[in-house]
Amino acid sequence: MSAASERTELLGELSSRILVYSALAAGLLVCSPCVHQKHAQLVTVRINRPGSLAAIAVMGTLILTSCATNEMQHTATPGALAGGINGSGASSQGSASDAWVAAFQTDNPAVTINYSPDGSGAGRKAFISGGVAFAGSDSALSTKELAQAFAGCAPGTAAIDLPVYISPIAVIFNVEGVTTLNLDASTLAKIFTSTITRWNDPQILALNPGASLPDATITAVHRSDDSGTTKNFTDYLAQTAPDIWGEAASDTFPYKIGEAAQGTSGVVEAVTNGKNTIGYSDASRAQELGFASIKVGNTFVEFTATAAAKIVADSPLLEGRGASDIAIDLNRTTTDPTHYPLVLVSYLIVCQEYADPKAGDLVKAYAGYIASEAGQTEAERSAGAAPLSADLSATVMAAIETIR
Amino acid sequence: MKESPAPETAVTAPPAPVRAKTPSRPADRIFASSTVVAGVLILVALASVALFLIAQSIPALIADPAELPTPSTSFWEYVAPLAFGTVWAAVLALIIALPLSLGIALFISHYAPRKVAQTLGYIIDLLAAVPSVVFGLWGIKVFAPFVQPFYEWLVDNLGWIPLFAAPVSGTGRTILTVAIVLAVMVVPIITAVCREVFLQTPVLHEEAALALGATRWEMIRMTVLPFGMPGIISATMLGLGRALGETLVVAMVLSPALVINFVLTGSANPPTIAGNIALNFPEAHGIGVNALIATGLILFIITLLVNLAARVFINRRKAFSGAN
Amino acid sequence: MTTNTQGIVNSLTTARLPRWVPWALLAGSWIVFAIVFGILAANTGGSYNIVAVVFFGTVLFDVLLVTISYLVEGSRRAKDRLVTSLVTTAFVVALLPLVSLLFTVVVEGSKRFDVAFFTQSMRNVVGAGTEEFPGGALHAVVGTVEITGIATLISVPIGLLAAIYLVEYGRGHLARSITFFVDVMTGIPSIVAGLFAFALFALIFDDPGIRFGFGGAIALTLLMIPTVVRSSEEMLKLVPNELREASLALGVPKWLTILKVVIPTSIAGITTGVTLAIARIIGETAPLLIIAGFTASMNYDPFNGRMMALPLFVYTQYANPGTDVQPYLDRAWAAALTLILIVMALNLLARLIAKIFSPKLGR
Repeated sequence: MSAASERTELLGELSSRILVYSALAAGLLVCSPCVHQKHAQLVTVRINRPGSLAAIAVMGTLILTSCATNEMQHTATPGALAGGINGSGASSQGSASDAWVAAFQTDNPAVTINYSPDGSGAGRKAFISGGVAFAGSDSALSTKELAQAFAGCAPGTAAIDLPVYISPIAVIFNVEGVTTLNLDASTLAKIFTSTITRWNDPQILALNPGASLPDATITAVHRSDDSGTTKNFTDYLAQTAPDIWGEAASDTFPYKIGEAAQGTSGVVEAVTNGKNTIGYSDASRAQELGFASIKVGNTFVEFTATAAAKIVADSPLLEGRGASDIAIDLNRTTTDPTHYPLVLVSYLIVCQEYADPKAGDLVKAYAGYIASEAGQTEAERSAGAAPLSADLSATVMAAIETIR
Repeated sequence: MKESPAPETAVTAPPAPVRAKTPSRPADRIFASSTVVAGVLILVALASVALFLIAQSIPALIADPAELPTPSTSFWEYVAPLAFGTVWAAVLALIIALPLSLGIALFISHYAPRKVAQTLGYIIDLLAAVPSVVFGLWGIKVFAPFVQPFYEWLVDNLGWIPLFAAPVSGTGRTILTVAIVLAVMVVPIITAVCREVFLQTPVLHEEAALALGATRWEMIRMTVLPFGMPGIISATMLGLGRALGETLVVAMVLSPALVINFVLTGSANPPTIAGNIALNFPEAHGIGVNALIATGLILFIITLLVNLAARVFINRRKAFSGAN
Repeated sequence: MTTNTQGIVNSLTTARLPRWVPWALLAGSWIVFAIVFGILAANTGGSYNIVAVVFFGTVLFDVLLVTISYLVEGSRRAKDRLVTSLVTTAFVVALLPLVSLLFTVVVEGSKRFDVAFFTQSMRNVVGAGTEEFPGGALHAVVGTVEITGIATLISVPIGLLAAIYLVEYGRGHLARSITFFVDVMTGIPSIVAGLFAFALFALIFDDPGIRFGFGGAIALTLLMIPTVVRSSEEMLKLVPNELREASLALGVPKWLTILKVVIPTSIAGITTGVTLAIARIIGETAPLLIIAGFTASMNYDPFNGRMMALPLFVYTQYANPGTDVQPYLDRAWAAALTLILIVMALNLLARLIAKIFSPKLGR
């Protein structure tokens, strides 16, 4: 009998605690941030037997319901921008986007912008269906996509592409005792198609006189996920070494050979941790490793922000598109040694005219910041991007002015 | 606690399948019907997922194969390496994980001292909770570089075995590595369930075996294992389910190529369905999305078949279950 | 580790190995291989491989012990010793990667495991952040607790009731189909669960860009229910029928028998199962990315707006760092450590519940 009463007592205690927890959970669910002092008090009062559990509960509540110290509410000045917009798209822009959003939100405390690096395809899809206010994409909208209706834009208006993020693609390698490497397009294509399989292949030696290249197998690392980086890399090889690279440019690495790794981080990781490896990655992460110089004309060009920005600035725009739609037709076969042809251009895709004027104002302001000198410098600092050249920047700014 | 809380009018569900002899009590019927409702709810949820999968898959099945993510002559040619890789990786993982888990579970339940056993059980439970992202991080940063030299040795010395055919992967991110990481992931799951089942073995059975002069192993073989067999299979299925459907570890660690081969140490490994969806979904568009969802349907069917086999096996062994 | 503590006389045994023999053999085997590999390393100039020493030493030990035991003690005792050493070896071998992993997480994670990490979000934090605001994961912690909590609140009652139905009531086609389809449900790839939840809510709310925490919880529920049902069912089945019969014979209604006898008897197993189920879903990344979304800011409301979760935080910090990678990696590891600690707390709670409710068994 005593055991039973003990059980009942425990049960009672437990159910009272469960009550407290559910009250707590309910509090969590319904309350907006920063108004939780009352609930914390409730908990301390209700639990009359201060056990470790109670202490944990109180501490947990205090932590979970307090405001993030870096998000203390600012009082919005009247007339200032306020509200929130969501974007989605290319992960290449991800880290630059973090920096842009941070800077923009600091200047406009009442604004919240979320950019989720879901991938270019997902971003464009979400944008077309009106799921997000803007998209980031490593390729401009295709004419087929432009012909569709955009659910988030004012009826009858189209979307426009704004090149805002230029990143050189570095050919990174990790070979013992080798610090510099010169490659041309055909050698690069042969390495990634496994026609050249050893580091001391005569063709590589010919490009690198005097280098001590080991007699070892080349492990060529490509992206295992579909990506704009792969598309630009394969586009470069397809345009400059078409006889060796028999495939068209594509998001998917077209050959079933070589090593594959997920994302820029994965490729960098594989190249760093592997032996005698070579791969391609966005330049922001290339500083950790050795990177190859690419032959342009008769010179070997290291990737630099300037050289990357220059080829974008000197390339023609795609024709037959709207006046504010700036889609670049990259000239990969350039022979100008001030160009670095292995470059990725990522676009901000926005509506020409938004169905919701508030969203339009926010996007316009945000895009304006991104394309501005401050925004581009921020991207260079935080993500290793190449700032837009002055001319291109002006063109983009003019296009942004037309957003409504 | 004694009185039945709900009035009879609340009962609207069909008569519960209680066996006839029990006297009909309202509380009994409410309880019984609520369990039925829960069960039916699960069926409804699953049916809607299945419908969603099938509806989304059909466009990929009837589409022109040239529009698939990787151009193939048919959808089946596209999905074959994926299905193969999924099963291959999961089977490898189970081959590694099952003996280990049984060993650990037995160690905790029947070998280790009681106090130690509790702590160990706790640690294993905890490890079951390590998120797959972390396994992925660990796999790519710590484990793959660690095993690469071993693979090199295997290929150099045992290259004549087709499993270790040259060339060796330069980064160690092969299907064997993935299988081992998956094994490490599922070991805590299988162990946790097995341990719990082993501990439920009737003490009298064990003592009887020991009293007859059995050694500890003979006692385990004669009482613990037969008693726990359905539980072991169930645990294995749980583990297999996780191994088959694991997404991020495979995506992060494996170096995939759309091929079918049995090489454990090479660069070109058959990808898994879940990993492939995770890798390619963000950039997928048009028919590609449907194709990926269709591969999800295939994974669904694979799991279904595996579970069917397990069910048949468990039913044969039902004689040992405590509740029949 | 001795095998004769039960004091059972094996009539076939002619002799018994002294207790020190296994230990001496183990030490001996290790030393032999330490020397072998030492010579190898000296000859080939390779590095000294401690893992190989332990591995081959242990194998040699197993072989020696079984052989000696076979010769001295006979085959039954030898087999017993073999299994003992195999079981112990399995334990140690399996613990090595787990410990390595845990060690990595704790060491890497403790670098940023500080107050700021739990009082700040990632809003307006770039790279290493500033001295005052180095960035944290409060938003992700809140998101994970809420999303996982809701998923648990939905799936545990449903799962447990379904398991009770299967074990205590279920007869015929319905029970068989539920059992079978629960198995099938374990095969839902997590990303498909996310897609399904997204499609469902996009349809219901007519919003093609819908992202909210509750949707994530629904996706996780789909993944969690089968695990709960499976493990609870297994545990309920293990309750001896004698207990049920005794209770029913005393005139206790069936539902009370289930609530007061069956469930308390198996509560330890059920809570383990639920903890495992939570463990299974708390680390899910892919479905949350699709339906719960990604944000750097706080959000307490699971029914409105994007919500971050810890695994997603780990993943994005790893996958999309800026030029300065280290602070991102540190935050990723710290979040992983947090996730493990949260599960540890849950585990403690589950054990406490099990302790309060479960009857004292014979051991």
